[in-house]
Amino acid sequence: MATTATIPVVRSAAPQNFTPPLAAAQPVAQLTSVIRRYKATTALDGLSLALRPGEVVALLGPNGAGKSTAVRLMLGLTSPTSGQARIFGADPRDPATRTRVGAMLQVARIPETLKVREHIDLFRSYYPHPLPYAEIVKIAQLQGIEDRLFGQLSGGQKQRVLFALALCGDPDLIFLDEPTVGLDIEARRGLWAQIRSLAARGKTVLLTTHYLEEADALAHRIVVINKGRIVSEGTPSEIKSSTTGRKIRCHTTLTADYLRTLPTVTAVEASGEHITVTATHAENVVRAMLTADPNLSSLEITSPALEDAFLELTSI
Amino acid sequence: MSTTAIPYPTQRANTAIIYLKEIKYEFLKLLRTRSFSLSVIGFPVMFYSIFGLANRHAESGNVHFAKYLLGGYACFGLVGAALFGIGVGLAMERASGWLEVKQASPMPPLAYLLAKCTTAIAFGLIIVSILTALGIAFGGVHLTALEFAKMLGMTIVGSTCFASMGLLLALVVPANAAPGIVNLIYLPMSFASGLWIPIEFLPKFLQRLAPIFPTYHLAQLMESIFGYQNATPLSSHWIGLAGFTALMLGSAWLLFNRAQQNA
Repeated sequence: MATTATIPVVRSAAPQNFTPPLAAAQPVAQLTSVIRRYKATTALDGLSLALRPGEVVALLGPNGAGKSTAVRLMLGLTSPTSGQARIFGADPRDPATRTRVGAMLQVARIPETLKVREHIDLFRSYYPHPLPYAEIVKIAQLQGIEDRLFGQLSGGQKQRVLFALALCGDPDLIFLDEPTVGLDIEARRGLWAQIRSLAARGKTVLLTTHYLEEADALAHRIVVINKGRIVSEGTPSEIKSSTTGRKIRCHTTLTADYLRTLPTVTAVEASGEHITVTATHAENVVRAMLTADPNLSSLEITSPALEDAFLELTSI
Repeated sequence: MSTTAIPYPTQRANTAIIYLKEIKYEFLKLLRTRSFSLSVIGFPVMFYSIFGLANRHAESGNVHFAKYLLGGYACFGLVGAALFGIGVGLAMERASGWLEVKQASPMPPLAYLLAKCTTAIAFGLIIVSILTALGIAFGGVHLTALEFAKMLGMTIVGSTCFASMGLLLALVVPANAAPGIVNLIYLPMSFASGLWIPIEFLPKFLQRLAPIFPTYHLAQLMESIFGYQNATPLSSHWIGLAGFTALMLGSAWLLFNRAQQNA
């Protein structure tokens, strides 16, 4: 497997140790209580989201969760039914805002009879301070295929060209809507390395994905959405730990401190009279709890919807 | 990093360069799309060769058939370039999501539309020039330089009018059905307007129906360059063509705005 050896599989420590450099600064992009309805369906149901400068955020969720709608709102391609979308504190539809934003969207087909070089040349002309052509080609790894027609490229090469177009304006904020969908593992990892290089340049990146693995590999922060709402939000390690195990909810006199000592318990949360215990081996924990507290009542055991989603979503 | 905190210079890219590049690449794109360039140029050339050049000795009164049909097939060609280039091309770019990528960029929307329109005009001019060259070389057509210049001018006018129809079709027609639907409109309309055979040879009911078609008014204006128009006053054709264009652009504008709201 000589080919795979050349792929930089940098499970870099950077995302984990990341502290937003300008945490207090104005968000680069912000959705405030956005509701977006399409006739009978509600794509976004009160979504609020803020991207801080230099942050890589992954919007994770199944198909139809509202990820693309959120991106389209921030690009000004659609307007919220209610709520607000602001980019750099301005209207996303403002042409001046658009010169600072790059986007890689899900496209079925792009004009196939133009060369890679021509596509880039055209997109560079849209921006007041475009990235030098040679640099775009270098970042997106298009050397050697610049004079090919788009239609002659492989799937991975096509995605790289779309990625290159998103970079043309040297934007501060980049949206990547399912950048690796349909790519094989090798091409996917290649694109990951390129997305990481954006983070290294201090760009703010929002990427949507339905792979937890991808969000984990690239993002400083993961926002999980489903049915237009935020289900969960946190660093990749927080998200991962919250998705393992099942939740035991009950009314009990047992203390949180005691419950934490039970084997496989990962979290204990008390809310009002109820207590919620997260554990990988729920059966054993419940058995122990029932023995310790014979008056335990209103017992409920649930698999978090998130876990189901992830089991389905992360099976690549 | 600090760039995000600093007010950004609200500088704009050079608009003239955007327009020029947009036009250049739109033209190159369609020229290289053989299914488009070969058919929009090939069909009028083939039809004119069969029906026009074959009649090079046919005359009726002061009407030279090969010259009359040059006007007809010029219209047929330029209308095809506009309807297929814009109607089908734009419908496909809309459906594939490519238009959204463009809309998300700072490209001025007018540059996109103007590039499509200019390209339709360019193909129209190419088609009309080829047909004219064929007519002169093989059809015994005599044409003054002024007549040819007027033909080219009329081509620009006609291409622009039918570009507006292409625009409307692109907004209404589903992309995968676009080529078929465009043909279903384009071919019968061309026939009924006398673009293939002189309108006087058509059944009477078709002759009475013709004024509802924009292609009829375009053809009459084109024939008027040679003095071959029928008895209807020319002003009515100008009004017909202008009204048609306004109707197409107005409907396209309404539909586009509605689509944007539901986007």
